[in-house]
Amino acid sequence: MVDDVVIGLEVHVQLQTQSKLFCGCSTKFGDNPNANTCPVCLGWPGTLPVLNKKALEYGILASLALNCKINQKIKFDRKNYYYPDLPKAYQISQYDLPLAEHGTVKFNHDGESCAVGIERLHLEEDAGKLVHSSVSRESYVDYNRSGTPLAEIVTKPELTSPERAESFLRTLKKQMEYLDVSDCNMDEGSLRCDANISIRRDDGSLGTKAEIKNMNSFKAVRKALSYEVLRQRKLLSRGQRVVQETRLWDETTEQTKSMRSKEEAHDYRYFPEPDLVPVRIDKKWQQEIGFKLPELPDKKFNRFLDEYQLTEEAARTLTDSRPLADFFEQAIKPDVSAKTVGNLIISDVKRELNERGWDIGQVALTPAALTSVASLLEENLISSNVGSELIAELVESGGDPREIVEQRGLKQISSEDQLSSVILQVVSENPDAVADIRGGKNQAIGFLVGQVMQKTGGQADPGTAQKLLREEIL
Amino acid sequence: MAALKQEISQLATLGRLNLTDEEEKKFAGDLQEILEFAEKINEVDTENIQPTYHALPLENVFRDDVCQPGPPIETVLKQAPASIDGYFSVPRVIDRE
Repeated sequence: MVDDVVIGLEVHVQLQTQSKLFCGCSTKFGDNPNANTCPVCLGWPGTLPVLNKKALEYGILASLALNCKINQKIKFDRKNYYYPDLPKAYQISQYDLPLAEHGTVKFNHDGESCAVGIERLHLEEDAGKLVHSSVSRESYVDYNRSGTPLAEIVTKPELTSPERAESFLRTLKKQMEYLDVSDCNMDEGSLRCDANISIRRDDGSLGTKAEIKNMNSFKAVRKALSYEVLRQRKLLSRGQRVVQETRLWDETTEQTKSMRSKEEAHDYRYFPEPDLVPVRIDKKWQQEIGFKLPELPDKKFNRFLDEYQLTEEAARTLTDSRPLADFFEQAIKPDVSAKTVGNLIISDVKRELNERGWDIGQVALTPAALTSVASLLEENLISSNVGSELIAELVESGGDPREIVEQRGLKQISSEDQLSSVILQVVSENPDAVADIRGGKNQAIGFLVGQVMQKTGGQADPGTAQKLLREEIL
Repeated sequence: MAALKQEISQLATLGRLNLTDEEEKKFAGDLQEILEFAEKINEVDTENIQPTYHALPLENVFRDDVCQPGPPIETVLKQAPASIDGYFSVPRVIDRE
């Protein structure tokens, strides 16, 4: 039963060019229906597509990041099918000479290092968007998305569980975001995923696969594939067989449903696109693009471990997105430790981001202000509570932490002289707790520290307070 | 011939063409001749010939990633069989495949 699940993914990544793959129409999301269309992407007779160079370069960049071999000579092909979302009745895609092949992606799953082969990456145009009327027997078509550039990434069938498939997809998304070739917004369809899934037979050979579509989130990928594993296992255990077909994930019923496929629908009759000439990608061009490859998440993670002596968990959180990692590195200065800066981001900044549903690009906090908060903490001038409050305020409205601390008198009282009178007062007011401590009940000290904090308006250094309390009582 | 006729029928279905039995027969005959003509290429030794992907001796024709406005929406929708609220309107279709 172990590792008998076989999953391969087909991921469509929308490349974030300004204009479409073969015409000058804008790729902007959310404009009025059909506002970004022209004779080319509407398939008017006599129009000619011309390849967007930027889209090709993004595709090459993505291929290099996936460790693929770039094909020196590539071409485009027509994939023929008849459907209203496709005005030409064919999609310009790539068939036998794709942009790149034979890659690998390493990813981490639950602390285990995994790898999956990449079969190919090819460029193709997206189709339009259909809206089905709920009242009339009509469907409505918006061709704004028609002709938008996509990179289709096909993995080898080497993923062995729904959870691993999800982890891989997360890694892939992170890589594409690092490369800045796609915004990978799953809600807007910039990252879409289909899967092929089967269960191995007892003799180890591949079972019949089903293709699963309509998984629009990481959660949907995991749930749909888990459902499918159970469905197929149940069929097989009853001696029934799995039908090769396309199934749609239904988010509301949490089931996959057969699409009643017509056999002939799969006859795409590919042939070379006569309206586009072949493309040659020589070594020199490939190298030029290779120079633009940023440090990828995996490498950054390892460097953060070595260079800043972070824990694995901290390094992983900080390299979660490139802007976050950059923010962290900009805040590191010689007089503060990377660990303090990292902890502030992981615990406090992240909390504020989550509360607001923001990303790091939206905060008023500057890396320099974060450095200041870290050094205030390291100099023991503020308590960690004040540090948290400062971050919350800075994220919202910015400012200079040292000034805020000075103006509001938020400095921590850690001088023993200043604290001793409060200590004496707390000890005399709480004889029961004092007796408990003397009787060996150590946890009562927490209560007394709380009293000290209350009397000093949160400004006492809890560590110093505890030390002084112990000295006074014992 | 019967096999070809069936092929014509399937191609017609894929292309959403409504052919009469007579037309299917005629096109099957035409296709037969076309295939025979194309068969001649097999007589040539192509062992060391690179495949031709395009009739023109051109490569790497690109455009820069610059946006250009398309025609006004009225012109676009005029090409639609029917339209509503800026959308093309077509007979209802269920999800693909």
